Amino acid sequence: MNIAVAVDDVRREALPSASEAGPAPKRIVVAYGFWIFLLSDIVMFSALFAAYAVLVRATAGGPAGAQLFNQVSVAIETACLLVSTYTCGMMSLAVNARRRAATYFFAVVTFVLGAAFLYLEVREFADMIARGATPQRSAFLSAFFTLVGCHGLHVAAGLAWLAVMMAQVAVRGFRASVERRLLCFALFWHALDIVWVWLFTVVYLMGVRP
Amino acid sequence: MTDARYDRAPGDISISAEAKERTLSDVGIYTIGLALAVILTATSFWVANTSLLWAPGIPLGLVVLAIAQMGVHLIFFLHITTGPDNTNNVLALAFGVLIVTVVVAGSLAIMTNLNDGMMPAELMNLHMQH
Repeated sequence: MNIAVAVDDVRREALPSASEAGPAPKRIVVAYGFWIFLLSDIVMFSALFAAYAVLVRATAGGPAGAQLFNQVSVAIETACLLVSTYTCGMMSLAVNARRRAATYFFAVVTFVLGAAFLYLEVREFADMIARGATPQRSAFLSAFFTLVGCHGLHVAAGLAWLAVMMAQVAVRGFRASVERRLLCFALFWHALDIVWVWLFTVVYLMGVRP
Repeated sequence: MTDARYDRAPGDISISAEAKERTLSDVGIYTIGLALAVILTATSFWVANTSLLWAPGIPLGLVVLAIAQMGVHLIFFLHITTGPDNTNNVLALAFGVLIVTVVVAGSLAIMTNLNDGMMPAELMNLHMQH
């Protein structure tokens, strides 16, 4: 067993380390930079989450979460976003394999699911506002619309980005620059789903409990 | 595989030698991730709506399920590993998690403390009348 480990080490040590070989390829640098951006974006979301958690009881006599949230709608939104994350991963694999038709197919599925999520969310907001639960009504509702709306804006930006990327694949093909952007898009889309996991847990599931 | 040991880009599914040694296909990794995420999400919705569990423990249970699902997403969708080519990605993530924890836990602790220290509304009204 020790021998096997030793042999493995020799094989690895035979390769020059990254610092000796010069700067890392651009794909790694770009994706790492985007990873740092995503983490800073998540830090921003954490501030909105903290504000929401502090203000969740400050309903000023207005409606509370338990009267406003529709769990069925939230479950469908969650399913849309989760499956779209999966199809986004399938799209990444199709891009790596340079399969153009599969890339388009999974991009379209991802786009449709993301658009369905956004439609349900906008309908939920419109329904709440029609019932008088506007952002001006209470500190709780201000925090709710800021937090959930900010995630919705990110999803809308992601949809626009995905449409642009498909245009780039169509016009420029699988160029290195286009592949780097597609990698960043996949990171962005997966990160949005992680934020949504916390959203439906903290806002909707904890919110419906008395 | 290039001739040097570079780090792996975050979100990049392994294209190195170890990918060939894996028994599981790339599609299989995403599919397992989806299955686990669906199970955890369904459990979250069940936990929030059931009356079988001890009610005060439910928020904690939901947080644990969310952390587990975050882990599933990081491993199966973002392909974060403990490998040496992922050290930079993991360190950046750890720093992000630290800041998020400080912001959320700190805000909640401070605001709870201030709320506890605040004069009750009735007393405040009485006080203002004099």
